[in-house]
Amino acid sequence: MAGQPGAANPSPAIELQGISKAFGPVQANKDINLVVPKGTIHGIIGENGAGKSTLMSILYGFYRPDSGEILIGGQPIAITDSQTAIRAGIGMVFQHFKLVQNFTVLENIILGAEDGGLLRPSLSRARGELKRLANEYELQVDPDALIEDLSVGHQQRVEILKALYRQADILILDEPTGVLTPAEADHLFRILRGLRDEGKTIILITHKLREIMEITDNVSVMRRGEMVASVKTSDTSPAQLAELMVGRKVLLRVEKAPARPGAPVLEVRGLRMVDASGVERLRGIDLDIRAGEVLGIAGVAGNGQTQLLEILGGYPETGAKLEGQIKLKGQPLALAGSDARARRQAGIGHIPEDRQVEGLIMDFAAWENVAFGYHDAPEFQNGMLMNQSAIRADAAAKMQRFDVRPPNPELAAKNFSGGNQQKIVVAREVERNPDLLLIGQPTRGVDIGAIEFIHKRLIELRDAGKAVLLVSVELDEILALSDRIAVMFDGRIMGERLPHEATTADLGCLMAGVDPATTAPEDAIPPAAAHVGTLPGHTG
Amino acid sequence: MMDFPTILQILDSAVRLMTPLLLACLAGLYSERAGVFDIGLEGKMLMAAFTAASVAYATNSAWLGLCAGILGALAMSMIHGLAAITFRGNQLISGVAINFLASGLTVLLGQKIFGLAGRTPSLQGPARFGEITLPFVDALRPVPIIGPIYAELISGHSILVYVAFAMVPLTWWVLYRTRFGLRLRAVGENPASVDTAGVSVARMRFAAVAICGVLCGIAGAYLATGISAGFVKEMTAGRGFIALAALIFAKWRPWSALGATFLFGLLEALANRFPNLDLGIVTVPSMFMSALPYILTVVILAGFVGRAVPPRAGGEPYVKER
Repeated sequence: MAGQPGAANPSPAIELQGISKAFGPVQANKDINLVVPKGTIHGIIGENGAGKSTLMSILYGFYRPDSGEILIGGQPIAITDSQTAIRAGIGMVFQHFKLVQNFTVLENIILGAEDGGLLRPSLSRARGELKRLANEYELQVDPDALIEDLSVGHQQRVEILKALYRQADILILDEPTGVLTPAEADHLFRILRGLRDEGKTIILITHKLREIMEITDNVSVMRRGEMVASVKTSDTSPAQLAELMVGRKVLLRVEKAPARPGAPVLEVRGLRMVDASGVERLRGIDLDIRAGEVLGIAGVAGNGQTQLLEILGGYPETGAKLEGQIKLKGQPLALAGSDARARRQAGIGHIPEDRQVEGLIMDFAAWENVAFGYHDAPEFQNGMLMNQSAIRADAAAKMQRFDVRPPNPELAAKNFSGGNQQKIVVAREVERNPDLLLIGQPTRGVDIGAIEFIHKRLIELRDAGKAVLLVSVELDEILALSDRIAVMFDGRIMGERLPHEATTADLGCLMAGVDPATTAPEDAIPPAAAHVGTLPGHTG
Repeated sequence: MMDFPTILQILDSAVRLMTPLLLACLAGLYSERAGVFDIGLEGKMLMAAFTAASVAYATNSAWLGLCAGILGALAMSMIHGLAAITFRGNQLISGVAINFLASGLTVLLGQKIFGLAGRTPSLQGPARFGEITLPFVDALRPVPIIGPIYAELISGHSILVYVAFAMVPLTWWVLYRTRFGLRLRAVGENPASVDTAGVSVARMRFAAVAICGVLCGIAGAYLATGISAGFVKEMTAGRGFIALAALIFAKWRPWSALGATFLFGLLEALANRFPNLDLGIVTVPSMFMSALPYILTVVILAGFVGRAVPPRAGGEPYVKER
C-alpha cells in the first residue's frame, strides 16, 4: 500500500506547523511546515547546516521548539523528551548509532524498553520478537552477537530493530547511507520499502539526491533553516533539487582579470582514500592546478572534499589507507608519514574548512594564532625562547593589513566575530606567500563585507602567480572565483567546467552525480520551477 | 614451613583486612561502571569512619554509628555527583577535592568536638561491632580440616564482614540480571544510548554514585567500629587508592574484585604476621613488607597487569548532542 503522495489525507502521520528553533543568534529552524502522509517515504534534503537534523531532533524530543505545533496522526502533542516521542510511535535511527558496543544485540534492543525489573523475561520476549521482525522485514541479525563484532550495516539493522521493537510507526533515518557500502545501502532500501508497504511512515534525511530519487515518494527541501519546497518525487529532478538546495543568490561580483596560468604547481594522480571504518572516501582523484589560477571544487558537502583537503594539507584521518601520487612543482610529496608542518615547509598554505577547530585555538590570543604553524620561523626565535615582541609586532602588522577588527593582537580568538576570525587565518596563510593555497569553505559563517575582502585577497594571490585550490559548497563563490571548476561527487571528480560556460543547472547535475553529457537534455535541465509546490508563507 | 593453624590465622587476618577494601572496591565498581570515575573513595571512607566513630561514641550504638557512617559518605558522594554529573566538572579534580576535604574536615571537627588531636575517644562494648559466632562452631570444631576452617576462618567476624562478602554475588546479580544493572552498565559505556532510549542519564549516574556512597560508608564504619575502636587521623591509610587499584586489576568485575582485594588483604596480613621475613640468606626488612600492598598498587596502576579496558564513557560528563 504505497501511499498517495501529495493527496489530501485527513490525518497525516506527521504534521508540523510553524516550527521555529533558535540557538542563540542562529535561527536553526524558521517557521517550518511539513506534512508527511501515512505509509510514505518522505525525503528531507538540504546541505549541512540547513537545519534538517535540528528539525528531527525536535521531533524526537531532544530539543523543544521555540514555537509551533506538532501533530502525530492528527493529534497535537507536546514532545518533551525522547520517552514521549517513543510512546507516540516515533523511532529514530541516528547517523551515529546509539548502541552499547560491548552489549549483545538483545541487550541493546531491550535497553530502556525492559518489561520489568528483571532481565530474563524481557530478553526471551525480545528474542521471539526479533525472530518475527527478521523474517518479516529482511532484518536478520544474530541476537547474541556483540555490537562491536557486527558490520556497520548490521549495526544499523539493530537500530531499526530497536525502533520496531518499541512499536514505532514512524521511522526517522538520519543520513543512513553515509557509512554503508552500496550493497548495504541497497539492502537498506529494500527494508525501507518493505516497512512502507506494511504501513509504516519513513522520513529519510539525506543530502544525496540519488537516494531521494530512488526511494522517496515525496521530498522536502531545506535551506538555511527554512523549508523551501515540498514536492512529489516523481514531479522533480535531481538538477531541480540541487538548485533548490543550494539556492540562487545574488552573484558576488569579484573584479578579476583573465587568469594567466603558468607551470603546473600541483599534480594529483589516482588519489584514493579508504577511511578507518572501511568506507572509500576518495575513489581516484586526478587534478592539476597551475601557477596563477584558481581551481574551484564544487559539490554537496560530504562527497570527499574534506578528505582531499586533509590529505593535501598533510593530516589525513588516522587509520585511513591512501594511494596515489601528489606532486608539488614537479617534486613528489609523501602521502603517508607526512605532517602539516612538512607541507607548510614545502610551500602549501592551508585555510581549513572548520576554522574554529582546525584553524585557530579559540582560547589563545590573536598574536599566537597568527604565528601558529610558522612559530618556528627564524625571525620568531630568540635563542631557545620565542621572540614574543617580534611575533606580536608581526601579528599586529598582518591584522592591520587584513583589516581585522578590532586590531588587537592580545584578544583571544574566540572574542572575534566569525568573519574576523577567518581573516586572522587568511592573514596567517596568505602573508606567507605559499606556492599553493588550500582553502576550504572560505566564507562559511562570514559576513558580506569580510567575504568581499577575503575574495579580493585570494584573487591577488592568484595574480601574484600562486595556485589556489578552493573548496566550497557555495556555488556562487565557486563561480565567482574559479578559473576552472571541478565538481566532486561520491569521492570522484564528476567533470570539469569553465565558469563562463557553466550553468547552475549543469553544475547541479554534476553535483547530484548525473553527467548531463550522457543524459538527454530535457531530463537534466529542470523546467523553471514548474511543479515546485512552494509552501505558503515562503518565498522559495 | 608454616603449619595449618598459622595459615588459618593469616587467612583469617586477610579476610578482616580485605573487608574495607572489598566494600570500597565494589563502591567504586558501581560508580565507575556508570561512567563516573571516583578517586574520592579514600575521602568517603575517611569521612564515614569519622562520623561512624563519633555517633557510635555519642549513642553507644554501633548500628547508629553505621547509619552515620553511611550518611557521611553519602554526603561526600552527593558533592561528587553534583560536581561531576550536574555541573559536568572534571571527575578527577572533584575526587581529589573530596579527599582533601575529608582529610581536613575530620581532623578539624574531631579536635573541635573531642579535643583529642583529631582522634575520637575509644569505643567500647555496644559501640563496636563485635565478632559473631556462627552456629555449630563447637559441634564442628573436632572435625579435621573443615572444623578449624569453619571455626577460625568463617566464623568469628563482625557482621559487616559478612555483609561485604554477600555484596559480591549481589552486585553481580544486580549488574547482569536486572534492568537497573543493564542501564547502569549502558550509561557507563554509551550514555547516548540510554538517553535516546528515554532514560535519564543523570538519574542513573546519581543512583550509582549514591550506592557508591553507601558502600564506602559501610567500609568506613567497619574501619572505625569493627577493626579499630575509634577514629584516628588518616586511618584509611590509602585503602581507597588500593581499592581503586584492585578495581582496575579486577577489570571492573565483581567476582574478580573479590580476588583482587583478597590478594591485597593477604599481603597486608603477611606483613603484619612476619614483620621481618627471614629467607635464610637475607632478611626482608619490615618496611618492605608493609610497603608490599602499596608497591602492588603502583605496579597495577602503571598497567603492568594486562590490559584493563575501563568503561568507555568513564570520566566523561554527558552532554546531550547530536
